[in-house]
Amino acid sequence: MKLFKHNESSKKNKLSNNGSNMIIVKSNNAFNKILKNYWSNRYIVAMLYIGLIYYAIFCYVPMYGIQIAFKDYKFLKGITGSPWVGLENFKMLFIGSGFLEVFKNTLIISFYKLLFGFPTPIILALMLNEVYNVRFKRVVQTISYLPHFISWVIISGILLQVLSPSSGAVNYIIKLLGFEPIFFMGDSKWFRFTLITSSIWKNIGFSSIIYLATVSSINTELYEAAYIDGATRLKRIIHITIPGLMPVIMIQLILSVGSIINDDFDQIFNMYNEAVYNVADVIGTYTYRMGLVNLQYGFSTAVSLSKNVIAFILIVFTNIVTSRYSEYGIW
Amino acid sequence: MSTHNSDFVKGRGDRILDTVNYFLLVLLAIVTLYPFWYILIISISTQAEANKIGLHIFTANPNFDSYRSIFKNRYIYMAYGNTIIRAVLGTSINLCLTTMLAYAMSKKYLPHRNFYTSIIIFTMFFSGGLIPSYLLIRNLNLLNTIWALIIPGAIGTYNMIIIRNYFQSLPIELEESAKIDGANDLRILLSIYLPVSTPVIATVTLWCLVGHWNAWFDALIYTNGNQKLMVLQLLLRKLLIEGSNNLINASSLKIEDSSLAPSTESIKAATIMVSTLPILMVYPFIQKYFVKGIMIGSLKG
Repeated sequence: MKLFKHNESSKKNKLSNNGSNMIIVKSNNAFNKILKNYWSNRYIVAMLYIGLIYYAIFCYVPMYGIQIAFKDYKFLKGITGSPWVGLENFKMLFIGSGFLEVFKNTLIISFYKLLFGFPTPIILALMLNEVYNVRFKRVVQTISYLPHFISWVIISGILLQVLSPSSGAVNYIIKLLGFEPIFFMGDSKWFRFTLITSSIWKNIGFSSIIYLATVSSINTELYEAAYIDGATRLKRIIHITIPGLMPVIMIQLILSVGSIINDDFDQIFNMYNEAVYNVADVIGTYTYRMGLVNLQYGFSTAVSLSKNVIAFILIVFTNIVTSRYSEYGIW
Repeated sequence: MSTHNSDFVKGRGDRILDTVNYFLLVLLAIVTLYPFWYILIISISTQAEANKIGLHIFTANPNFDSYRSIFKNRYIYMAYGNTIIRAVLGTSINLCLTTMLAYAMSKKYLPHRNFYTSIIIFTMFFSGGLIPSYLLIRNLNLLNTIWALIIPGAIGTYNMIIIRNYFQSLPIELEESAKIDGANDLRILLSIYLPVSTPVIATVTLWCLVGHWNAWFDALIYTNGNQKLMVLQLLLRKLLIEGSNNLINASSLKIEDSSLAPSTESIKAATIMVSTLPILMVYPFIQKYFVKGIMIGSLKG
């Protein structure tokens, strides 16, 4: 890209300036210098460009394809040949309740996941930090990371059995306690609860890693000093450990808020069913059904473009916030 | 690590705290493991036992008919084979491309480095989305080929950045001395950088492998038309969630007494076990690499 730009500008110089050879020589020199620079680094440039070809084809070509959000996509005419329809597809977002409901569900589910799923790994890290038996600690850690490596397909399959209202173990306990069995996976009153709980169950251990690592880097002299001053353990946790964790907590929080529009497609797509669409259909699943099931390519792309734009704005915003208030940041 | 408090004398409140803490952690461990244990027990129960309502903490007479039945199923072998192929091939290609790009990007003297970095980073935050990506794969005629599961994810940007950061942290003398000896960058990457980067390379390799092992969505949208390309997770999805029982049938086992035949639930459970076992078995040994990867990744580059 840059190469070409320089090339063009040097040509322009040649054409437009009448006389002053100095500039031509200068810009030619600059261009030659760049060329030389590229040539002397040809090995790493080659490695770079092999990668860039991938990005061009598999990331930037689909971005070019986003234009079908503004088109009436016709299978035979392809992306470029289909007629433009302006904002028609976007207008459809606001006709009927489909998209608005999906948008609302996405925000609600993300909000609850943030509310309950954000503090739990921190609490787990604090609890693990108070364990002195290294072996016990390691075993609990290893077990708690495990579900992170199992796919939602399998976890959903397991949940269908364990949570089954007729034969599942959880409902067996509920019935023993004298309550009515609950259809966790099929009752729209309970489905969001199931989503959030299972998401916490899967991620609590793995998300706690970053906090545990931060805790172990807190200066131990602080604890000793506090102990000599007569602070109990609870007080040491509240006044030393938690403040020590605060910077990491803040960054993680800002990042989570920034991704509030992102739904966990893998989880919801594998767990939901038609009975709970009204509470569980989110932008990701809606995009999939509209696009690849109903074959409304233009509309589906309009949905995902709207989402991507919001997500992008949120990320830029959160990065500005994090880099202003801490030394951390995404880039 | 956290032995810091262990020498302190504990008061009574501290001891209560300790007990509650250990109790809750044990509870967490049980809640985490129980569903897997439940599935294991269901998978080795007879039909009569599996249909009984209860906690299924153990079974009196383990029965492996459900496993026998799924090992007679050709879909399982096919799915296993395809998953291994995509995991090995995909991870190899991914590692080659990602490491090469990371090496190039780690060089401060790479021409127009910032420009290329921003081109690449931008793709982490903005993408074409589902339909344009699908249309691309269709237009490239990759639909219903194994390549549709491998090439679109050939470079992981996040992994690339982790490796790049690691390369950047290596002493520059490594490269300089090799250059004086006349080695080119490819040589330097292969015989100097890679050997000293095993921790990060191991982490990325495992991420890739687990990612491929667990991937199902690309198989659902790109290779669904070709049953010969069925991967394990998609087979499981069809079996467990979409409930297509025709992929497995207990009747392939010739058992006279039908009450002894494994129930559908047992067969499903056995399929879960069979496809999760590879991860469960290697997991305790590779776990530390994942943790290390998180640590490397959380440092700003």
